[in-house]
Order: sequence, then C-alpha cells, then structure tokens
Amino acid sequence: MIEIKIFRKLHSANGLLELQFDTVIRQGEFVTIYGPSGAGKTSIVRMIAGLLTPDDGHISVDQVVWFDKSAKINLRPQLRNIGIVFQDYSLFPNMTVKENLLYALEKGQSDSIVDILLQLTELGQLHNKKPAYLSGGQKQRVALARALVRRPKILLLDEPLSALDYEMQSKLQDYILTAHDEFKLTTIMISHDLLEVLKMSKRVLVLEDGKIKKDGDPSQILPLDNLNTLIEKWNN
Amino acid sequence: MLDFEPFYLTLKLAFATTAVLFIVGVPLSYWLAFSQSRFKVILHAFISLPLVLPPTVLGFYLLLAFSPESIIGRFLESLFDVRLVFSFTGLVIASVIYSLPFMIQPIHSGFLSVPKNLIEASYTLGKSKITTIARVLLPNMRNSLFTGCILSFAHTIGEFGVVLMVGGNIPGETRVISVAIYGEVEAMNYHNANVYAAILLGFSFLVLVLVYALNHNIFNPSPGST
Repeated sequence: MIEIKIFRKLHSANGLLELQFDTVIRQGEFVTIYGPSGAGKTSIVRMIAGLLTPDDGHISVDQVVWFDKSAKINLRPQLRNIGIVFQDYSLFPNMTVKENLLYALEKGQSDSIVDILLQLTELGQLHNKKPAYLSGGQKQRVALARALVRRPKILLLDEPLSALDYEMQSKLQDYILTAHDEFKLTTIMISHDLLEVLKMSKRVLVLEDGKIKKDGDPSQILPLDNLNTLIEKWNN
Repeated sequence: MLDFEPFYLTLKLAFATTAVLFIVGVPLSYWLAFSQSRFKVILHAFISLPLVLPPTVLGFYLLLAFSPESIIGRFLESLFDVRLVFSFTGLVIASVIYSLPFMIQPIHSGFLSVPKNLIEASYTLGKSKITTIARVLLPNMRNSLFTGCILSFAHTIGEFGVVLMVGGNIPGETRVISVAIYGEVEAMNYHNANVYAAILLGFSFLVLVLVYALNHNIFNPSPGST
C-alpha cells in the first residue's frame, strides 16, 4: 500500500502552481493520473521516485517511510524499489539492448530475468542492437523491460506512449498490462489520453491545477462525450 | 648534428602532464558541472586564468612559490627533499596548472551534454553516483575526454613562457623543444631552429585535425534518426 500526502510549489509556464497530492494506492492497483499538461503530473511521479523533493508531506510504501518532512526522512532514489519509464525512453546509448537490461541487475542477482524480459517484450532478436538503431516502439519496450529487471514493487510510467502512433500504443499497452499482472506490480501511469485511461485502469485520479479533482472508475467520471467524438473521428 | 633530447623531454613532459591532468580533471569537471555551490564560479574563473594571462605572469608567481626561500618551496624541500625550480618535477606541476583549462573545459561541457534523464534513469535503477559516472556518463562523453587529453597534450608541447620562467634551459632536465628553438635562434643556428619549428608546426596541425575529426564524429558516424 502506498500512502502519499505531498505538497510542493512549482514554477510552471502558467505561473506558480501549488501541487497538493493526497491519496492511498492499494497493492496491485493500476492507477492512472489524468489531466491537462501543466497540471503537475510528472512532478508527482518524480517525487514518488525521489528525483524531486516535496516541500512538505509524507510518502510511505508498505509501512516503510520513503519521505517524511517532519522526521527529516528522504530516501535516495537508489533505495526506493521502483521501476520508472520516462517519456523519452532514457536508454543508455553506449549499451546494447541486452546491456541496458544487464546494467539494471542488482549485485548478486541472477541474470536469468534478463532473458525472461527480453522474451516477454519480444526483443530477443534485437538484443545486440544499440538504441540508436531502434524504432520508438522498440525503444519503449526496452525501457519497460529495463524498469522491471530489479523486480520492483511499484512501476511508474510517465506518459510512456505519447510519442508513438496509435497502433504501437495499443500494442505497448498490452505489454504493460501483461507486465503488471505477471510481476504483481502496483502501477501508476500518467496519461492524457482518455482511451488509454479507460483501457488501462479501473481507477483514475483527475488532476487539475495541482489538485486531485476526481477519483474513481474512469467510465464513471471521465468526460465521455469527448471520448465518443474521439472514437467517431477514428472510425471515420 | 641535431639534438633529439628536447623532443624526448617534451614528449615526456606532455605525457606526464596529460596523465596528471586527466586524473585531476575528471572529478574537478564533474564538481564544476553538478555542484550547487556558489563557490564554483570563483574556482572556475581561477582555473581559467591561464587562458587570459601572459604565461610569464603565471611563470613568475610559480617561480616565487617554488623557490627555496618561499614557504611552499621550503616546506617541500625540508619534507620531501624536492626542489621545484629548474627541475622536471617543477615543470610538470607548472604545466598542469597552465594547461588545466584545456582539460577542464571540454570535459565540463561533456558532463553537461549528457542528458540529465540518463543520470536519473541510472539512479532509479539503484546505481550509485560513482557507477553512474563510470558506466553512463564517461562512456557517453568519450569525445570530450579525448579532446581534453589531446588539447592538454598539444598545449603542453607548445608552451614556452612558463617553462622558461620555472624551468630555465637545462639540457636533459628542462630544455624542451620550444626553449631549444629559442636557444638555436639566439645562437644563429637557423637550420636547427627551422627543423625543430617545422616538426612542431606539423605536429600541432595534425593534433588539431584529430580534434576536429573527433568533434565532427568522423570515426563514429551515428545512424540516421528513426
């Protein structure tokens, strides 16, 4: 279970944003964070990962405190067992696909997981290629596989598919769902794509101006009128 | 008969200087690139002084600092029995200070050129700062490292003012090629001066070709973007 109650002031393009994020995420849940750009979605993921420090608040995962302002606890990102997939892939250009995965191994961890992940994401044939020779979808599969090597409890996805075309998105969504089930992950995914939110999650947090405005089943609380227009557009 | 000792001495000095500079330059550049301290501006300016000062100014102060009458000179002589004026060791130290900006500048920009996301990705994979530097940062800025080494090496070969001030003109100890050229001209041996000078000119040109070849990625063409 992840308990998050964080606060941070951010300087965004639209001026000062007071980010306030207070929620509880259960073990094994797949939660999406939906909202317009500039709402503070990425900052939330970065604060959970330990890449950005909240001004105030508390984060704990399975009773272990990761961040607590008043107790002066702030676990380094290295010590928070998370997997994270960035929008821009962030693969190491000097390493091949397989080396990117091997790099993520912990000391003493068996490398059999690397082959399992290469198979799961159908990257076996590309294992010897450097990232520069891969397509966007292939790169994102490597990023996903790499994030899972340490068998994290929590998977954070920061709009991982927004740079891909629709067909590729749909395929990668399936990979992510398979990984979520197979590795028994608690997954938090940022998205500004209504269809994606509907397909991926049973719970969505709608973020506006730095605050959670709605929290619940996507099919109940999302503006589905928009969605129908979108679907019509695709069908035409 | 042409004396090749100045060549040998020059290369020895350049190798020693580059090796020391590389060891000092990588951590120093990392600190300059990523530290939040305001003090780094002052240190960066101090390191870059040799770019703007006449070498004689630097040489003059080093001469004062190294002399057995100064505190530093006395300390070194009494403790380690090392005398830095008019000695090869003194030349190496002077060259390191003089060529420091040529090592720091490219490596500093190299560190800044690696996308910050790669560093963060490495941290979230549980890797320490040291591992991240060794396996992610340095391998992805190899050209900057080469450029720093080549420029420092070439700059050391070309130095004159500092060497003359600190080292003088002792054959086999401090008489490097630039000093030798000056000596030959003073002795009206224009032929020898010409040979020394031509070799230095050709060498310097080759070094610069190599640096620009590296910067234009001639050796390692990257694939087209996908």
